[in-house]
Amino acid sequence: MRLFYAFIAGGLFGTGLFLSGMTDTSKVQGWLDIFGNWDPTLAFVMGGAIIPMAIAWLLVPGRKPLAGGEFPAPPAPRLGRNLVLGSILFGAGWGLAGLCPGPSIASLSYGGAGHWVFVAAMIAGMAVAPGVRVTLDRAVPAE
Amino acid sequence: MLSAIPADWLWGLAGGLLIGLGGAVYLLANGRIMGASGIIGGLVDRSGWSTWAERVVFLTGVFVLPILLLPLTGPVDTHITDNWIVIIAAGLLVGIGTRLANGCTSGHGVCGISRLSLRGMVATVFYIMAGGLTVILFRHILGVI
Repeated sequence: MRLFYAFIAGGLFGTGLFLSGMTDTSKVQGWLDIFGNWDPTLAFVMGGAIIPMAIAWLLVPGRKPLAGGEFPAPPAPRLGRNLVLGSILFGAGWGLAGLCPGPSIASLSYGGAGHWVFVAAMIAGMAVAPGVRVTLDRAVPAE
Repeated sequence: MLSAIPADWLWGLAGGLLIGLGGAVYLLANGRIMGASGIIGGLVDRSGWSTWAERVVFLTGVFVLPILLLPLTGPVDTHITDNWIVIIAAGLLVGIGTRLANGCTSGHGVCGISRLSLRGMVATVFYIMAGGLTVILFRHILGVI
C-alpha cells in the first residue's frame, strides 16, 4: 500500500504543479520580479497548498500513519549556517532558471531539452552536496 | 464575482490545493514529508536508499500525471531560457543549495510553514529573497535572463 499511496501523492503533486502554472518558468520569475510586471500567481499556489497541509499536520498528534510506521519527529528548531547558506544558493538557482525540484520533474515530459539539462545539473549538484557540506563544516564548524 | 479574478490566480489556487493534498496523503498515509529535493536527493546520495521504491514511485507520479493531462490542456510553453550556462548554473545551485538547507519550496515552504516550523519559515524567507535579488540582478541589471 505504501507504493500505492506514494503514487497518489506524487500524482496529486504533479497534477497540482502542472495546473497551477508553476512549471512555467516565466510565472515563477514573474513572481520573484517585484520590479517588473509582478505576477502574484505563486502566492495563490503557496496559500492553496498550505491549507490542506496544515489540516494534515493537525491530524497527526495521537495517530499513526495509515501504512504503518511513525510520523516524523518535529525537527530541532536549529537555524544553522547550512540552512541559511543552502537556502540562499537554492534561491539564486531558482531565480536564474525559474525552476525548483518539484516542477523540474513535473515538466520533464513537455519542457524540452533545457529541462533535462536542468535536472541533470541538479542531480550533479545533489551528488556533490554531501562533500560540500563536509568541506564547509571542516572550514567553519557551524551547526 | 469570480470573473473579476484572473484565471491564472484561480488555477494557481486550485493547483496549490492539489499540491497540499498530495503532501497530506504522503504524510497521513506514509508518514513522510513531501519534499521534492529530499525525495530526489535521498536517491542521488543514497542516504534514502532504504526507501528507494517509495521515492521512485512518488517521482513517477509527478512525472506521469502531466503527460496524461497534456491532451486536455494542449501544449504548454515553459519559457525556459535557451542560455545553457544559466540552466546548468541554476541546476547546480538548486541541487547543492536544497541539500545543504535540507529542503526546497515543497519541503520547507509547503510542509514546513504549514506546521509553523521556524526552519521552514527562515529557509523560505532566504530563498525568496535570494531569488528576488537574482532576478533583479540578472534581468534588470545584467540583462541575461
